[in-house]
Amino acid sequence: MTETLTAPTATRGLVEITGVRKSFGPTEVLKGVSLTVEPGGVAVIVGPSGSGKSTLLRTINHLEKVDGGHITIDGRLVGYEVRGDRLHELREKEILKQRTDIGMVFQNFNLFPHLTALENVAEAPVVAHQPGKARRSKAEARRRGLELLDRVGLKDRADAYPRQLSGGQQQRVAIARALALDPKILLFDEPTSALDPELVNEVLDVIRELATSGTTLIVVTHEMGFARDVADTVVFMDQGQIVEQGTPQDIFSNPQEPRTRSFFSKVLEPAFNI
Amino acid sequence: MSSAATTVAQSQQPQPAPPAETPPKTRRPEDGAAARKAPDYSSYRVVAAKHPWRWVGTAVVALGVLAVAWSLATNPRWEWGVVAQWFTAQSVVNGLVETLKLTAISGILGFVLGFILALMRLSASPLLVSVSWTFSWIFRSTPLLVQMLLWYNLGYLYEKISLGIPFTDVRFFEVQTTTLISQFAAAVLGLTLNQAAYSAEIIRGGILSVDQGQLEAAAALGIPAWRRSTRIVLPQAMRAILPTAFNEIIGLVKGTSIVYVLAYSELFYTVQVIYNRTQQVLPLLLVATLWYIVITSVLSVFQYYIERHYSKGAVRNLPLTPLQKARKFFATHAAVPTRRNF
Repeated sequence: MTETLTAPTATRGLVEITGVRKSFGPTEVLKGVSLTVEPGGVAVIVGPSGSGKSTLLRTINHLEKVDGGHITIDGRLVGYEVRGDRLHELREKEILKQRTDIGMVFQNFNLFPHLTALENVAEAPVVAHQPGKARRSKAEARRRGLELLDRVGLKDRADAYPRQLSGGQQQRVAIARALALDPKILLFDEPTSALDPELVNEVLDVIRELATSGTTLIVVTHEMGFARDVADTVVFMDQGQIVEQGTPQDIFSNPQEPRTRSFFSKVLEPAFNI
Repeated sequence: MSSAATTVAQSQQPQPAPPAETPPKTRRPEDGAAARKAPDYSSYRVVAAKHPWRWVGTAVVALGVLAVAWSLATNPRWEWGVVAQWFTAQSVVNGLVETLKLTAISGILGFVLGFILALMRLSASPLLVSVSWTFSWIFRSTPLLVQMLLWYNLGYLYEKISLGIPFTDVRFFEVQTTTLISQFAAAVLGLTLNQAAYSAEIIRGGILSVDQGQLEAAAALGIPAWRRSTRIVLPQAMRAILPTAFNEIIGLVKGTSIVYVLAYSELFYTVQVIYNRTQQVLPLLLVATLWYIVITSVLSVFQYYIERHYSKGAVRNLPLTPLQKARKFFATHAAVPTRRNF
């Protein structure tokens, strides 16, 4: 594979979430969540459906606005700016700039169907404003796009449209697209949930490879085997709160909370416990 | 109770696999093939299935078509000679050019204004939303004919039109309404505003049909708002917009004929003037009709290719163009004339 994407000195990509709350109408889906992910760390968030995992992930790049608490990346507030003793909401342009540091991969890929795989990957680097970086030329973005497609094993499908690719291939293109801006942080929102079981591993292998690259990864998933292999930190969420977090060893083999224990007793297959 | 008990008892008995009760092994294809050799049909001639009723139907319809064509050709009252004489006459062609001009200008302006109205309608500002809604409401509720006459007679309502600072007496520029609103201006104004009201709804529908995830993905990638609309949303919305938009434009081509109330010499008004002089009413209406058919046909061809362009990525493989289809038809049918009949 080609060179790694980030400088080996992983001094960037620190995510600090402090007391984040979020409601949709009368339902409070995040009830004061705090979580720190170290630069270059791999946090895997697990938990039952409706526990607020995806919402938490989406607050990190400000796709969801928080109702309370705050999130910082390398010490800088997401979506707000401190002026005096007030937090001013950032204008969309500034938010878009911040987002270029944060790549996101969606459950149902959200590839642009009218653009080829390569065009999907090469679109953002040409048009997005990245603080401290010049925008790339079209040729440069295409060259880089091909490199990234090569990295996810799809260089020969560069000119295919998403609909001509399998689900696993589409998700790999989506990962390449998220990498195109050299983000400090990558968010994965159930990246394998929409895939046929036989296609799950090709996507997980790509994420596994990224986990060693120094980029901070935050992954929401139901793939417990993957969580155990790759995570530094496993976070168990339920009903809008973090119930328990720790190393995979702690969480899977020796969960402290009864809620965690009962969840894993349902989702972990017997073969996995040996 | 007792029967349930016996079932339980039976099922508890350790049963060695009873060979007699297992269903017969699913037959593998080789079994039959080995038993009896399949006869070789390769030298037989294939006779296509007969469809007698299809032939009857075809004959009846062909007869009907022939009868219509015959009457068109032989009934002298169609006066094809007169049609041919006027079809390319200078005055008719001038009228045609005016019709095309009106269609193009009000079509383009109408869709541009419609796009702005659609964006207003989708905005977060309640005032913009309600202004856009009211615009569509008014212009869709009044007959085009009335709008046309209203614009032409604007000079009666407002004698002068001026540009200045509102609510003061400061005027930078002032002009008589009747000099500003010519027949052409009234026609363009009427058609454009009416068209904008309809196209706003069509464009809004198209934009709404694009999956929300597309916008999220674009936002997550930091793609700027304008680029997001033009590169991501609109190309996908076009698929929903185009069929109805072409309907509208074809409607507009014929809608321009309403401008005759302003005595504006587009195609329809021109032929009216001519037949009032020559009394050859039907042949001249036929001249106008044939030109409208020509314009619509050309537009339909454009529609086909533009829609095909925007279906990129929405279908796995692009549909063949009629030309490619014809080529394929002749290629396959010429190569294997008898064996494949379907």
